[in-house]
Amino acid sequence: MLRASVIVFPGSNCDRDVKTAIERITGFAPKMVWHGDAAVPVSDMIVLPGGFSYGDYLRCGAMAAHSPIMKDVVARAKAGTPVIGICNGFQVLCESGLLPGALMRNASLHFICRDVFLKVEDDQSFFTKCYRKGEVIKVPIAHGEGNFFADEATLDRLEGDGRVAFRYCNEHGDVSPETCPNGAQRNIAGITNDTGRVLGMMPHPERLYESALGGTDGRRIFESALLSVLEAA
Amino acid sequence: MKARIKITLKNGVLDPQGKAIEGAVKGLGISGVGDVRQGKYIEVDLKETDPAKAKAIVEQMCKDLLANTVIENYAYEIG
Repeated sequence: MLRASVIVFPGSNCDRDVKTAIERITGFAPKMVWHGDAAVPVSDMIVLPGGFSYGDYLRCGAMAAHSPIMKDVVARAKAGTPVIGICNGFQVLCESGLLPGALMRNASLHFICRDVFLKVEDDQSFFTKCYRKGEVIKVPIAHGEGNFFADEATLDRLEGDGRVAFRYCNEHGDVSPETCPNGAQRNIAGITNDTGRVLGMMPHPERLYESALGGTDGRRIFESALLSVLEAA
Repeated sequence: MKARIKITLKNGVLDPQGKAIEGAVKGLGISGVGDVRQGKYIEVDLKETDPAKAKAIVEQMCKDLLANTVIENYAYEIG
């Protein structure tokens, strides 16, 4: 059994996509939790979905990070409940301090909506253990602010601790400035916290989880979560 | 009292919007323009009348919400 909770902010627009993906992949329907609630139900994992919470006012994710439910999400994450933030959810995780760094305007200034290739850098953590380190997967991005920024010391620490989960690359797995769609430092597409149980990623795994959608590489995020929960049971 | 808060990107943080503005200004044929950096300006009315207390309130709102200190600096005047 997988008890997942999807947090719904005003302006979230991938909340029902990720709910459907989790239900179809794991067989267990997540609970939808309104941002104004004070507490998250007992959960094996919490999802902060993509979208434009609070209309991206002030900074992407800044208002959502201070919404009532986030106090409990932060407390649960610190107590060990796994949290995945996808796209706007990644921005919320950074704004709330659960992950380091910030997501800035894409270097090109364009909103980019297309499939990209990712190199898997971490195959050990709660949401990534069904991938293999070094493999190249295809997952879509859809964002205007996905340009990951952190100071050099933070980047070195993330790399040294194996906390870079995914990097942008081309279909051959080449990681370079040319294969980075948004200007993210060191091609970073996703990172984890120091326990590996909080993952933030700009690409949308919930959009490519069955062949009818054009690919299945996003599936294993949710299969990893289910496996992690079953292993711990 | 009113707080006038300026939020700017830190030095060394890439500012693609500033670059685009710079390009547009130069595209107008305006000469003598160097680097352009853009930011935010926020005005907040304060009920507090004690300057020290007002400063503390503004500090807190800047740090906790208005600026992301990973990438941004803030400065303000209160009066």
